[in-house]
Amino acid sequence: MTDTAIRQSAARPGLLTGGSLPPLGTIGARTIIIALMIVTLMPFVTMFSAALAPSGTYPPGLQWPANPQWQNFVDAFNSAHMDRLLLSSTIIAACVVPVSVLIGTMAGFGVAKLAPRGSKYIYLLFVLGLTLPFEGIITPLYYEVRAMGFLNTKFAIILPLIGLYMPFSVYWMRAHFVNVPDEMSEAAEIDGASAWQQFWLVQVPIARPAILSLAILQFLWTWNQFLLPIVLVEVPLERTMAGALGAFQGQWGTNIPLLCAGSLIILAPTVLLFIIFQKQFVAALLQGAVKG
Amino acid sequence: MTDATADRSQKAPRVSPKGGSRGALVGWAFIAPGLIFYGVFVLVPICISVYYSLLRWDGIGKSTWKGLSNYIEVLSDSELLQVLGNAFQLVVYFTVIPVAIGLGVASAIRNHLSGKFGTVARTVLFIPQVIPLVAAGIAWSWMLASNGVVNQFFNLIGLGGITRGWLGDFDFALPAVGVIGAWVLLGLCTMLLVTGIARIDPSLYEAAELDGASAWDEFRWITLPGLRQEIGVCVTVTVIAALASFDIVYIATGGGPGVNTTVPGLEIYRLAFAHRQVGLASALAVVLMVLVILVVIPIQWLTRERK
Repeated sequence: MTDTAIRQSAARPGLLTGGSLPPLGTIGARTIIIALMIVTLMPFVTMFSAALAPSGTYPPGLQWPANPQWQNFVDAFNSAHMDRLLLSSTIIAACVVPVSVLIGTMAGFGVAKLAPRGSKYIYLLFVLGLTLPFEGIITPLYYEVRAMGFLNTKFAIILPLIGLYMPFSVYWMRAHFVNVPDEMSEAAEIDGASAWQQFWLVQVPIARPAILSLAILQFLWTWNQFLLPIVLVEVPLERTMAGALGAFQGQWGTNIPLLCAGSLIILAPTVLLFIIFQKQFVAALLQGAVKG
Repeated sequence: MTDATADRSQKAPRVSPKGGSRGALVGWAFIAPGLIFYGVFVLVPICISVYYSLLRWDGIGKSTWKGLSNYIEVLSDSELLQVLGNAFQLVVYFTVIPVAIGLGVASAIRNHLSGKFGTVARTVLFIPQVIPLVAAGIAWSWMLASNGVVNQFFNLIGLGGITRGWLGDFDFALPAVGVIGAWVLLGLCTMLLVTGIARIDPSLYEAAELDGASAWDEFRWITLPGLRQEIGVCVTVTVIAALASFDIVYIATGGGPGVNTTVPGLEIYRLAFAHRQVGLASALAVVLMVLVILVVIPIQWLTRERK
């Protein structure tokens, strides 16, 4: 029924461009959306204008500076060691995302398709973790990671994050695999494929869109993770960029132009990636919310 | 869902007996790595949290058994109660504002978010979802500062009298933090609801208009029921974001002035790592985890699809 609705509205372009239906008409609707867009962008615009004011001054909220100080971006980049932060964040994300996506996909496949006896309850156990606030376990996690000897290393962020992502990964991938018709794997079984071959050669290629969305979401969550880095890693340069931003604020909190320049640099990578892959990101974020 | 369950029950007897116990073993081998990570870094810490919550422990020396007295303190100490109350007040801002505005926008634009304009709008409205919350906190601290753009705006429209440093104000700090959360979640809720409303069969609206239904009637009897699931998603996501907030508060106010903007997540962090009251921090953590589940379950139950 929803499918028909979508097809119907797609087949009738008249609906999209006004007519008697929409209560406010195109112009009114666009005005609202544009107002929302301005509200959304305002924080970035005012940070940008402040970032161009002379370092150490206290500029007004929104004013194009007479003498824009582009140097502030260079100074912020150097004083926060952004190059090392970028590297550190990239290493952390590059360790977390592939491992977490792989074992999450395997578990989702196991629960949905192989379904060994009792796995139903294990799945419920995973689902229970979906709403878990990270603050709820940060204290024991600190002592656990310390006992393992990982405190103040990147592993202190990497390993717990993989565990914390499992509920969503399993939930997400199971939801995908449950909807794949069984004929697929049956055909493979007849060809004598092992469970692993079936998984890797038949199921994973079909699951590519779901896996891509999962990877995008987990990349964002890892890159922007704040609580784990500030608790588990004392050296800001071993943290994620978001975690380091906390330290950067402590250091430069009173120098608004430099703080704003640094913040803009720190949020630039994900925003750039987002704009390049906006279609995939929007799809992932929308579905991610619906399923999460 | 029902189809899938049927598929599986058809399949299960066909595969498992064939492999026998080996088949089951293979299944568990697929699940095991994920389960181990989940167990070690989530389930075990949850259990330890519960255990710590029964102790008095400074994190270094010997601990003493305190039974449930930490929980009694969490639920009776006026400061901790205020902290829990703050989280629920944030729900009003994090949830009500984005969902209300999202619903308004969705009903107003219905099918208009297409073409190039739609793409640009979607991209822009999603930006708060991809930046670190910490960056949102810094940006808004600057917007809400005494000479920030918010006060500039109030001066411009002749409301210079109400300007202040919003995040340092005893009465306005918590609402100001709420506004930051609303900004972060507004785009997501709007896009979810706009996507949802486009899926409602347009002929329902046509029929209602032929019957002379008012805009409110359409909203009440077509839009709201049609968006039930999407509203459920928005409310669930935003309520969790409010109850479990940390990043924004840590950066924007540090919990102050006083404890006016302190939320449970921040208080746990502070109790455990600054005040060395691991037991009390853990009791608050357990209360927070239970609260989130207690709040989310009825939302899910109320908004799930009725068949």
